[in-house]
Amino acid sequence: MRAWICLAVMLLLAGAAQGASTEADFKTALAAAEAAEQEAGALKNQWIPTEQALAEAKKAAAAGDFDTAVVQAKQAEALAKASIAQAKEQQTAWRAGIIR
Amino acid sequence: MKISRAIAVVIAALVVAGARPAAAADSIDPDADFKAFRDYYTKLFPNVPLNDFVNGPYSMDADLRKQWEAIDDFPPYDFAIDRGKQMFATPFKNGKAYGDCFPDNGIGIRQNYPYFDLKTGEVITLELALNRCREANGEESYSYVKDEMASLTAYMAFTSRGKPFDIKIPNDPRALAAYQKGEEYFYARRGQLNFSCASCHVQNPGNHIRTEVLAPALGIVAAMPIYRSEWNGMGTMSRRLVTCNSQVRGVPLKPQDELYRDVEYYLSYMSNGLPISGPGARP
Repeated sequence: MRAWICLAVMLLLAGAAQGASTEADFKTALAAAEAAEQEAGALKNQWIPTEQALAEAKKAAAAGDFDTAVVQAKQAEALAKASIAQAKEQQTAWRAGIIR
Repeated sequence: MKISRAIAVVIAALVVAGARPAAAADSIDPDADFKAFRDYYTKLFPNVPLNDFVNGPYSMDADLRKQWEAIDDFPPYDFAIDRGKQMFATPFKNGKAYGDCFPDNGIGIRQNYPYFDLKTGEVITLELALNRCREANGEESYSYVKDEMASLTAYMAFTSRGKPFDIKIPNDPRALAAYQKGEEYFYARRGQLNFSCASCHVQNPGNHIRTEVLAPALGIVAAMPIYRSEWNGMGTMSRRLVTCNSQVRGVPLKPQDELYRDVEYYLSYMSNGLPISGPGARP
């Protein structure tokens, strides 16, 4: 029983910690996302969902919802990094599809 | 001993066999690409006459073809041809006109575009040439995707109907590089859906994607610009490329970006000899 209570308290604390994003957290997450998206842009391979997540992040931050803003910015960063990986892979992989 | 020697021979043979395609893959050979491209489609659709590939989905779906033939009694692009003709004949403020910017006064020349300009070292599409003509004559450039640009290119395509594509790749490393960049863009996967142009137009022509029948890449540029029911209006080659990118959830490039011009150059070269059919109509 005591173990369950401890677990519940830990989960609550973890939840509280996750839900306590600040403007500074958002700015850090946004900077990382925008840097990755800029790199994808240099490779001419940005994705629409990345742009959407960045817009959602900024919208949430403007409304003072930094929890959502950080989640969206991190989502944008992950998408941007996936688009970078795709572009780099395709720099050579495209040849596999050529009609021969 | 004999077995190990045999294994060594097999490994050596595999290495050599593996090396050959890689070496071939790195070279740029537009003529070989052209032959392979054409062979692929003609073998895939042995019952489609070569020149009919320019009719895209209508060349491979009988029902769709019937609908198209019925619609073509009153083609939805007719307004664009008329408007383009009028625009083409109307002088700029300085007294000159579009015809002054093009060979043969711009009539019956669509089949020669895009071309590689040895002076500037870049691919010049018809859309780009039209806007450069406007700018050189003190006029503002038009949007590349629809409206005026679609009307002008519709008229110019109409004056070239039936003329075979005659795209040249000059013996210049820059021209070959542009061709290869276009080829790479065509085959490279992009967007969140991880599709390439080839995913639809090489691997799946004739198949349905939702309600649409996918067109073969062979001859796909010949019908441009097109009236699309989906757009409820006319669209240029630029619009087609921008839309393709969006559909795979990729951020489109700027219309007439160098890569878009290069892919149009590549696809047009692959269509050499096929007749201009534009302007066209598509679902």
